[in-house]
Amino acid sequence: MTSLDSVPETAPLLAVDRLNTRFDTPEGEVAAVNDVSFTIQPGETIGIVGESGSGKSQVFLSIMGLLAINGRATGSVRFRGEEVLGIPRQRLNRIRGRHMSMIFQDPMTSLNPYLKVSQQLNEVLMQHMGLGQREATKRSIAMLDLVRIPEASRRIDMYPHEFSGGMRQRVMIAMALLCQPGLLIADEPTTALDVTVQAQILDVMEDLRCELQTAIVLITHDMGVIARLSDRVMVMYGGRVVETGPVQALFDHPQHPYTAGLLRAMPRVDRHGTSELYVIPGQPPNLQYLPAGCAYQDRCPHVHDRCLGDVPPLIATAPGRAKACFLDQIHSDA
Amino acid sequence: MTADSLSAPAAAPVRGRSLWDDALRRLLRNRAAVTAAVTLLMLAAVCLIGPLLSPHAIDQVYWDRLSLDAAAPSWDHWFGNDANGRDLMVRVFYGGQISLMVGLTATFVALIIGVTWGATAGFMGGQVDNIMMRIVDVMYSLPFMFFVILLMVFFGRNIFLIFVAIGAVEWLDMARIVRGQTLSLKRREFIEAARAAGVGTATIIRRHILPNTLGPVVVYTTLAVPKVILLESFISFLGLGVQEPLTSWGVLISEGAKEMETAPWMLIWPAIFLAISLFCLNFVGDGVRDALDPRDR
Ligand SMILES: Nc1ncnc2c1ncn2[C@@H]1O[C@H](COP(=O)(O)OP(=O)(O)O)[C@@H](O)[C@H]1O
Ligand SMILES: [Mg+2]
Repeated sequence: MTSLDSVPETAPLLAVDRLNTRFDTPEGEVAAVNDVSFTIQPGETIGIVGESGSGKSQVFLSIMGLLAINGRATGSVRFRGEEVLGIPRQRLNRIRGRHMSMIFQDPMTSLNPYLKVSQQLNEVLMQHMGLGQREATKRSIAMLDLVRIPEASRRIDMYPHEFSGGMRQRVMIAMALLCQPGLLIADEPTTALDVTVQAQILDVMEDLRCELQTAIVLITHDMGVIARLSDRVMVMYGGRVVETGPVQALFDHPQHPYTAGLLRAMPRVDRHGTSELYVIPGQPPNLQYLPAGCAYQDRCPHVHDRCLGDVPPLIATAPGRAKACFLDQIHSDA
Repeated sequence: MTADSLSAPAAAPVRGRSLWDDALRRLLRNRAAVTAAVTLLMLAAVCLIGPLLSPHAIDQVYWDRLSLDAAAPSWDHWFGNDANGRDLMVRVFYGGQISLMVGLTATFVALIIGVTWGATAGFMGGQVDNIMMRIVDVMYSLPFMFFVILLMVFFGRNIFLIFVAIGAVEWLDMARIVRGQTLSLKRREFIEAARAAGVGTATIIRRHILPNTLGPVVVYTTLAVPKVILLESFISFLGLGVQEPLTSWGVLISEGAKEMETAPWMLIWPAIFLAISLFCLNFVGDGVRDALDPRDR
């Protein structure tokens, strides 16, 4: 797995090894995450991309210990060398929010409507840093300033419904960064926002990345967001990692047919004339009935016999790049 | 950062003001709710103090007014007399003490047990939820009167038992309501966000779940109080509740209904008192619910 690291000599912040997440349902077992392994270096930004239902969220919910009650994660997740998978909730609560934080898709529902923003921010600081009200409020206001909330010292005493969607997502980002965690997981942070607000949020995240040296995981189904703000990309399909690599290389030369399809489906301003948007034909697989071989077999233009029988392993193709496909090469001329 | 230049006095008064302080402030601004609360308190005070000031005793029979034709309201007996020639005003006041006490105590007991039970079951989920809610189902299926009679047989007649019996059935509804609320809240993202921020289970229930269930709980509570008052009169009607010479509004009303045509005052006075209390209670309930919700205005 070390072959996937962009900077192998430093100790990774997060090392995930053969993570598997299963859900028990009345209809049978759902294989949401399958043999996912990757590492994250301190301070880097990694984009996780894939259609909805490809298991992106479940990977990180497993890591944060936030799985639904019918979910079970196996494998190994080491954060700063310490195993965090399956540890008691009390120990986990000392790590999450303090050293790794997560923000979610919908800023309209991510804040408690009954508590003032100040109370929700201070709660985190008082819990993890043992600060008093006064000191906590000071820190919270400073953090709101940092995510560019105007008049932070006045607005901090407002209720969530007095903020717009974009403002609330900034509050969520501020809340996640209060204790200056080593890792910020952002699960579709801009999906619920309209386009101009999306851009503002991405701006804020870009600034913070430079300022706070927090490693960021950016989960999205939007290749455009990845292009904007990632060092490295991990493409997921059917609960597996199908391709990973530095963002520029992966965009220029995708090695997995699914990545190529995603890139083709990306709306581009520089591509005139084609008014119709390309969509990958077919449906994402049902994780309850994954086929025997490659999960992408039904939709792949290059499918051959071998794909139906064996699951292609994730194999390094170049330093920092890997793919899970039997093809030697694809031609992204399409 | 502006943190240093932040003027302390501007932020100081805000600090420590909790959900409850804010809610109280909003409640006090609601004129209807305040009026209703004051009226309710005055009514309770009248029921408590009235009998002390009245020259009549609860069980004193006025032989000259024993016939209902002679029992209409008069200068000596403002509310008139009942079928047994007793002063009705004093009986309405005493009845109020019992009814309000049963109504509030039993509802309060139901509230505490029901909310705790429901929130715990809903939040824990899985097997714990299953077991806790099956217990509720089993208790639901026990006939209420069977339960009351059982209590009476074991412990004898006692007003305290009425509280227990009524509280023991009322909390079941409350538990179901709160559990349902909690289940849907649990899936809301701000709970997930709080868990992701490392907030402990007890704190999440106390700070994030319970306040969000309060709206329906308060409404249900205001509906439960009249239900409890009427349940009490039903138990008393069967001879299992309050015993003569003690009485309650429910009992007075059912007695009054029997004499409605000859002695309407026997129905009208307790009915007025009960109606005013329930009316006020509804206004207070609505006010509290609105005050708890910061989104409201
Ligand atoms: N509690 C659950 N029970 C059963 N299946 C679940 C549960 N939670 C998620 N899943 C399944 O896991 C799969 C992956 O979901 P997710 O990681 O949320 O996808 P996404 O890539 O859109 O974030 C989905 O197909 C979903 O059906
Ligand atoms: Mg998701």
